[in-house]
Amino acid sequence: MESGQYLNLVPWVVFMPVTGLVINLLFGKRFGETFSGVVGSLASGLSFIVSVLVAIGLAAHPEAAIVTLGEWITIGALQVHWAFRVDTLSVVMMLVVSGVGTLIHIYSIGYMHSDVRHNGDPERFTRFFVYLNLFIASMMTLVSADNFVMMFVGWEGVGLCSYLLIGFWFEKGKNGTGNAEAAKKAFITNRIGDFGLLIAMFMIFKYFGSFQFDTVFGQAAQVAQAHPGAMLAITLFMLLGVTGKSAQIPLFVWLPDAMAGPTPVSALIHAATMVTAGVYLVARSSAFYSLVPTAQTVVMWIGGLTAFFAATIAIGQYDIKKVLAYSTISQLGFMVAAVGMGATVAGMFHLVTHAFFKGLLFLAAGSVIQGVERGLHHAHGAGDLDPQDMRNMGGLRKVMPVTFWVYLIGGLALSGIVPLAGFFSKDEILAAAYHGQPALFILLVISAFMTAFYMGRQLVMVFFGKPRSAAAEGASESPKVMTIPLIILAGLSIIGGALNLPGVHTLEHWLSHTLGEGEPAKFIWLVAGLSLVLALAGLGLGWLVYSGKLNKAEDPDPMKSKLGPVFTGMEHKWWVDEFYQALILNPYKAFSEFMANPVDLGVIDRIGGGLAAGARSASEGLSKIQNGFVRSYALWMLIGLVAIMTYLILK
Amino acid sequence: MYPLIFPLALAGILFSIGVVGFLIRKNAIIVFMSLELMFNAANLVFITFANYFQNVNGQVIVIFIMTTAAAEVAVGLALIVSIFRSRHSISVDDLNKLKG
Repeated sequence: MESGQYLNLVPWVVFMPVTGLVINLLFGKRFGETFSGVVGSLASGLSFIVSVLVAIGLAAHPEAAIVTLGEWITIGALQVHWAFRVDTLSVVMMLVVSGVGTLIHIYSIGYMHSDVRHNGDPERFTRFFVYLNLFIASMMTLVSADNFVMMFVGWEGVGLCSYLLIGFWFEKGKNGTGNAEAAKKAFITNRIGDFGLLIAMFMIFKYFGSFQFDTVFGQAAQVAQAHPGAMLAITLFMLLGVTGKSAQIPLFVWLPDAMAGPTPVSALIHAATMVTAGVYLVARSSAFYSLVPTAQTVVMWIGGLTAFFAATIAIGQYDIKKVLAYSTISQLGFMVAAVGMGATVAGMFHLVTHAFFKGLLFLAAGSVIQGVERGLHHAHGAGDLDPQDMRNMGGLRKVMPVTFWVYLIGGLALSGIVPLAGFFSKDEILAAAYHGQPALFILLVISAFMTAFYMGRQLVMVFFGKPRSAAAEGASESPKVMTIPLIILAGLSIIGGALNLPGVHTLEHWLSHTLGEGEPAKFIWLVAGLSLVLALAGLGLGWLVYSGKLNKAEDPDPMKSKLGPVFTGMEHKWWVDEFYQALILNPYKAFSEFMANPVDLGVIDRIGGGLAAGARSASEGLSKIQNGFVRSYALWMLIGLVAIMTYLILK
Repeated sequence: MYPLIFPLALAGILFSIGVVGFLIRKNAIIVFMSLELMFNAANLVFITFANYFQNVNGQVIVIFIMTTAAAEVAVGLALIVSIFRSRHSISVDDLNKLKG
């Protein structure tokens, strides 16, 4: 087969995981854990191989290809096809989703093996892989769609999988409903964002008459000229969708709660892939945003503020996964800021490297959590100690050497230490900000410093010092099926920067076929040096503040005495949840209460009930006439007859 | 020739007797007889006008009505016998089960 024909394989990136999930649904339970795990991983792995083939095909013919499978909706002017779009942008996303996804599938075989036993329901193992395959299929639909409607199908599909997987242990959590509530929160918060995306799509159809990407983006310039207000509305409503899916201010609150899901889910969905869908959407629609400077400014500042705000919260968290969750929000803020500035390639570059090192960090955190759980089991009767609380850890470096090293690599990559992946991608964003947006540049640099600081804090709290609980003392290394994906991801986190090295710009050229030729980001020694120095300073400060200061689990955080009330704010996530509760949820509940009792029961039900009672009494009255006496019927007939005759005669 | 009003008045009287009898009597047989009175009042009107207009149609209809009435009486009497067997009464006021 000639390499150009590989492009026609693209539907298989979706069909492979679908096949996997069907097989697992039908036979998974019968053939056991290994079978389910292997089928799930194989489905995702084959999807990755197809993505690679498509990428090879695309390298020979870099212009976009569209593979249409059939018509989906045809109503008047509305025509939507079931079509796949292969261009350099979508292929980058496909490779990341299926590549990182496959590693996480493999890791999950080991992780879920002990997780289902820890939670006491081994039957659920297969279900996990069904959901994971469903997620890969949905995410592939999202990134490979050729029109907004197909993309929306994937967009909702990943939202559904996110909901299912956050609530995987739906009967567990706080008060037995904690996980279910977290899943619900994620779903509902995303609905708000999806509402924005839907409105944007409706407006696109109104003004462009199509959903197909080429048609729509081709007309963007004319429409922007004719209806500037409409374009602004489209981009801003689309941004609402982005803030929901990519956890930006003001809709970021669901992502930390989403950590209720099993850790591979946090790695796959809530760090590496799904949450980057918003960034992908803005990158895909960059033809729109480049025409609306106001929207660009809004996107940029939302990203920048989120990056800063989430980084401050990450400093005050004790749960190992919550730190990473806020870190993810913060890094997504970097990406959104980048695409907002028009530095789309920088944003996509950071998206890819972030998928590597944040996926790695989450998986390694999962390994840490299970290590501590094993320690807990070993030291039986250590009370109900939280295996995710970093205050209960410490000194894990010695008992979990592989996990430690990969975590260190992930942490350094996230902090932006040269030559790891995060350094190059973050530097490109900072350089773009340095060019045109000095205020944003300062905000992002401070966020980058805090990133390094909280990673330093986390590394020290988890891996250095003395064990602060019996569980941490008895912790042990995870099995190979978990550590090997970790090592591969660590390797990717090290070399990931090579994708778009300064001066070479591989990714830049690759994406320019889709995004158009842009000015390649310049490498600025000052910015690179500054960000490296700040990263080292952040890590160093984290080491200085925390090393040796925590000896018992009950010891207060050393930052508490230094920052005082500011740290209390960080610890409590700046009371954002409480604020939303008071500002939106409580009035909404009061309003619902009002609508339910006085309005519904008092007015609407009374109208309905009154009508029913009236009809009933009227028919009761009328039924009196039917008394069963033939003579009275005859009398009525006579009266009626006389009346009719009288009328006819007198007329 | 007698004036037209005589047979018509007779028919009216017969019909009124039939109506009143149908309404006030309880005995099903009497009710039947009242019914027949009303029929025959109608027949009388037909015949009168057939004679008056020298048209045979009215006479034909009277034959039809008499035939139908005979059949109806047969059915009706059978029903009354059957009701009497089950309820031991032919008072129409006892037949009041069908009501709202």
